[in-house]
This record gives sequence, C-alpha cells and structure tokens, in this order.
Amino acid sequence: MNMNLSRKINKQSFQKFLDSFKYAFYVITHPFDGFWDLTHEKRGSLAVAHILVFLTLMTNLWTMRYTNFMFNTVRWERVNIWTEILGLLAPLLIYCVANWCLTTLFDGKGRMKDIYIGMAYSLTPYILITNPVTIISNFVTIEEGAFISYFDVIALGWSLALILVSVMQVHDYSFFKAILTFIFSIAGMMIIVFLLLLFFDLISDGIGFFISLYKEIMYRLY
Amino acid sequence: MKLKRKVATALLVALTILSICPAKVASATEVNSYTYNYDFWGIEYESPDAYTPVSYVDGKALGTTSMSAPDSLYARDNRLFVVDTGRNRILELLVTDGELSLTREILEVKDDELEVKTLNGPMDIFQTENGDLYIADTANHRILHTNYDLEVIKVIYRPVSASVDQGIDFEPTKLVVDRADRVFCLARNVNRGLMQFEASGEFIGFLGANEVVFSMADKIKKMLSTRAQKEKMADFMPVEYNNIYIDDLAFVYSTSDNFKTEEADAGTAKPIRKLNALGKDILIRNGEYFPMGDLQWGDSSNKYGPSRIEDITAFDDGTYYVVDRIRGRIFGYDEQGHLLYAFGGPGHKLGYHVNPTSIEHVGTDLYVLDSVTGGITRYVRTEFGDLIHSALDEYSVGNYEKSAEYWKEVLARNGNYELAYIGIGRSLLRQEDYEGAMEYFEAKRDDDNYSRAWKYYRKDWIENNMGYVIIVLVVLFLIPGVVKRIKKMRWEAREQYEYELKQKNK
Repeated sequence: MNMNLSRKINKQSFQKFLDSFKYAFYVITHPFDGFWDLTHEKRGSLAVAHILVFLTLMTNLWTMRYTNFMFNTVRWERVNIWTEILGLLAPLLIYCVANWCLTTLFDGKGRMKDIYIGMAYSLTPYILITNPVTIISNFVTIEEGAFISYFDVIALGWSLALILVSVMQVHDYSFFKAILTFIFSIAGMMIIVFLLLLFFDLISDGIGFFISLYKEIMYRLY
Repeated sequence: MKLKRKVATALLVALTILSICPAKVASATEVNSYTYNYDFWGIEYESPDAYTPVSYVDGKALGTTSMSAPDSLYARDNRLFVVDTGRNRILELLVTDGELSLTREILEVKDDELEVKTLNGPMDIFQTENGDLYIADTANHRILHTNYDLEVIKVIYRPVSASVDQGIDFEPTKLVVDRADRVFCLARNVNRGLMQFEASGEFIGFLGANEVVFSMADKIKKMLSTRAQKEKMADFMPVEYNNIYIDDLAFVYSTSDNFKTEEADAGTAKPIRKLNALGKDILIRNGEYFPMGDLQWGDSSNKYGPSRIEDITAFDDGTYYVVDRIRGRIFGYDEQGHLLYAFGGPGHKLGYHVNPTSIEHVGTDLYVLDSVTGGITRYVRTEFGDLIHSALDEYSVGNYEKSAEYWKEVLARNGNYELAYIGIGRSLLRQEDYEGAMEYFEAKRDDDNYSRAWKYYRKDWIENNMGYVIIVLVVLFLIPGVVKRIKKMRWEAREQYEYELKQKNK
C-alpha cells in the first residue's frame, strides 16, 4: 500500500516534470501567456530550469567542439573549459541577482526563483536552434553555410526578447518598465562585477599585507 | 659481489657515454637555420633553410672604393647595377657563376649640350632589353636616358603640368620602364602615385595613387571639430611608395608603409601592391594573412612595429621576395599570396642586415644590398627551396601528380610546411580522391579547398547511395500519413465500442 502510494507520487511528480518540460515549447511560442502561467500558475519548475541552464552551457561547448572547422575558429589549445562554462554561467546568475535587487525595490512581483525560472525558460530557443545548426554545419559547403550566422542571430535575438517578456510578466510590469528594468539590470550586473573585483582585489591585498608582515617578522627574528 | 661490481662498471661507462653524447648532438644541431614560416594561427615555426647566404661583397672586395649609402640594385640578365648614392656613381657588375666582378663605374654621361654631365646622388637605374639605361639622377632633378655607352638620348625634367606642383623640385627616386619605353617613376614629395612618362618623355599622368584611408571615426571626428582643426586635418596626406619593380608581364609591383597598425595587427595590411595598367591593385591575397612580412613582432633594440617592406623582386613564376628594412628579413611569397618562408635578421653576420635597401634576383640567386654596411649579400636557393619552387611550377602547368610528389619531398624535410599539405590535398582533389583531399585540407584548416572537396564527396556519396536516400525520403514522406490513418482507425474503433456500450446499457 505504502509502496504503491510512493510509486504513484513518483509517477505524478515525473508527469509534472515532463509537463513543465513540455511547457518550455509553449512558452517560447506564446511568451506573454506562457511566462504569466509559468510563475503564477506554477507551470514551470526549478528542476527543468536547472536542466535548461545546463543544456545552455553544454550547447555552448558543443558548438565550439562540433561545428565544422570551416565555420569555427576555436583554438582548443587555448581553451579552458571551466572558463568557458563560468563565462556563460556567471553572467546568467549575476543577471538574476541584479534583476532581483532592482525589482524588489520597484514593486516586482517575482521572487528570485521566478526570475531564475523565467531566465532559464528564455534560453530554450538558443538550445533548440544552435544544436541543429551545429550538426548541419558538418554537412554543408562554405557557400551553403552562410545561413549559420543568421541562425545565430535569430537564436540570440529570440532568447533576448523572451528574457524581456519574462521580466514583464514575472514582475507584472508594463512594457516600458520592463525594458527599463532590463537595461538597469545590465547596469546592475556591471556594478556587481565591479564590486566583486574590488572585493577580491582588496582581500588579496589584505592577505598579501599580512603575508609580507609575517615574512618581515620572520626575517627580523631569525 | 663480482656481479655488483660489473653492474657498477657498466653503469659508469653508460653514464660517461651519456654525458658526452648530448654535447655532441647539441653542436651537430647548431646549424645555420634561421628560416621560419607561419601557420594558420600566425605562429612561427622553424624551417630548414630555403635560401642560404653564401657570400658578402663590398666595394673594397670589388676592387674600388667602399660604397656610401648605396640605395638600389638592378639586375638584367647577368648584369647587376649598384647605385652608390653617397659616392655619386653607379657600379656595373658582371655575374659569373654567382661571383661578382666590376665591369665599369658610371660617374658621368656623354653629351655635348648637357651642362652637368656628372651624376649627383643617383638613386635608381633601369636597363631596357636593348641595353638602354635610365638613371634617376635625383639631386640633379632629372631622369637620364642613355644608350649602353652612356650617350644621352633624352633627359626628363619636371613636367610642366597643372597636376604637378611647380614649386617643388623634381627628385626622381625610383623608376621602372616597360616594353613600350614608358617610364614609371617615384619622386620625392609627390604622393599621388607613380609619375608616368611617354616614350618621348612627355608626362602622361599619375598611376596607382595610394588610397586615402578615411574611416567612419575620422568622419565623426571631422563633424565635431572646429574649422581651425579641420584645416589642420586637411594636411593629412597619403604616404609615398617606397619602391617599385616591373615584372615580365609589365605589372608594376610597389611597396609602401601606408597601412594602419590595426591592419598590421589583424594581418590585413597591404604594404605590397601589384598594379595593372589602370593603376588598380591586383595582387592576389588568398592566404589566411595578407603578404605583409612578419605576423608577430616584438619591440626591442630600437626595432618597433610591423615589418616595413623596402623593396621587392618578382620571379617569372609569380613568386616574389620582399625585404624588411626594420629587422633585415626577407620574405618569399607565392603567386597566391601565401608565405613561402622568411629568413634573415638584424645584425652584422653573414645573412643578417642592418639596413637593407634593395633586393634583386639573378637566376634563382637573391642579392640584397645593405646601405649601412655598403655590401651585397648573395643568397643561394637550397634543395629545400628548389623542391618548393618545383612543386609550385608543376602545379601551375597542370602536373598535379608530379607537384604532389615534390610536396611530399618537402614534407619529408619539414613536417610543418602548410603549403605542402594543401598542395598534396589539391593534387588529390584533382585525382578525385576527395576523402584524402579533405583529410589534408582539414589538417591545415584550408576551408575553401575543404569545402570544394566536401562538395564533390557529398555528391558522390548521394549518387552511390541513391537507393537508400530515396527509401528514407519515401519513408519520411509516408510516416505522417500512416500514423494519421492508424490514429483514425483507433478512434473509430473506440467510437464504435462506446456506441455499442451505450446501446447495451440502454
């Protein structure tokens, strides 16, 4: 009986997971309706958001690795895979933080979780377009490959537009307020990065000071 | 115990041998290898010598006084002219088996009417096929046209023309003459291109004016600046050419310093041009980087910035060699604008230059003139260089298989030689071995050729597997219909079942 129940719950939660995964396809085609229900009707889930972010990071790497060399000038000897991952993940996360900081001050309805889910679902077009293009790039000639850059632009543009709509719907903002918030979020990101750099710089200077102090004392003592 | 001692002895012997050997190996590898090449990423790789310096000859060695700031070399058949600017003379040398011997010194010309017969700071000389000489007598503001015995045929002075500034002295620095006896000359303080003279000496006009580089940033700057600033900006002038060379087909090669640092950084500077009769630049730049000398440079020992191409000499097969006056290097390029090899460097040793001003070729030998040391260095093509040129020549006449053989020989001597891979790939492409060609092209990232090979390979594959392709297409075409049909049938069955259930319940 107990086992049955747990299996039933598992099955239900898996069904919910699948539904929220499928919902990503609805969101990218019906963004206004989609993003509203995503957070307000709990149609999206954190698990799916994590998976989408992970897929985005992987897509970035796959593109670098598997795009045909005709359209690809990545020099693998110079690539640090962790820098590549962090270089994409950090801006995404910092965006969430900056957006949250800003919207909390300006009557945003969304919580951090909602912002993150909205951002993650917005990345779906990037994943959906870039990966097939990467595969196709191995089957075309240079002349036929001219479309690749177009598709890259489309993927990025679509994702950016979705992020904008997600700001609008998640926080229940008007269109202009959403655009302003988006722009100021980016300014906020820069401020956060600046503060982080300042912080680490000061900390390392501070540590350096104590290390040199210790060395000096050691020289004097011995 | 005995065994131990034996082992110890053996070890000692081995150690002794090992400690001697590396020293020997090191001295064996220390050959005069200073040739290099750049790969796809612009990184330099060492290469065997394609040209090797064999001799250095200065004025004393030729049996005359030493040279002072010689500015130009000119070669025709087996005669080599050295324009010794500082000593107001031109030396005519005879080249026999690479050895230089002085034929005569040209100090003055023969003419009854000319007031000044001596040369004054000459900077260039040209000899036509029939032996006539054209001398750029720079400080005398004239171009002298004489026969081989130095009897003056005509003299060209500053042209009287609206397009030539009459307030500036005519100081011809470099000149070439085409088969129709048209003179193309560079003159000091003239920056509108090459001055072109008819066989009669009449001025025709300018050719190949250096493009004025004017960017969007300049435009915005101009919009924001005041009138006084604008007037100052108007002084911006295109830079003059450094040197010119005319090849067998009457195309004029020119070199200049006229490029921006950003262009040099990006590998897209155009210091070398090949002008057609209309003055249009038709140099082929198919390489990953434009022909511009070094792709990487360090700033040290008073040597700053990118290469400054001072002179150029072109072979009949379309390859050309340029010399960099900053670092004393020589760069060879093929007809397509790929770097063949670079060699040389700054310094006083044999094969190094302090301030090279001119490069010429006699046969396959290269002669480089250094204006500071006042001497001529002779370079001889090595076996490696011969192989490269043979491969290029065989390809250009259509012997692709033979060309590939030569490239394989090149690869055996230098496994990093990019053009060899591409050359073999191209010959495989001609032999319709597309897969092999693709492999070679991908190894050196030649995307254009790879794309071509891939196109044929794909076409072949589709033709050979046409049956499968059709089957897959048909299946893909049919699946949606079948699925629809099945769904419909199931729906109908359910409808029927529910209807029957309803009837039963009634």
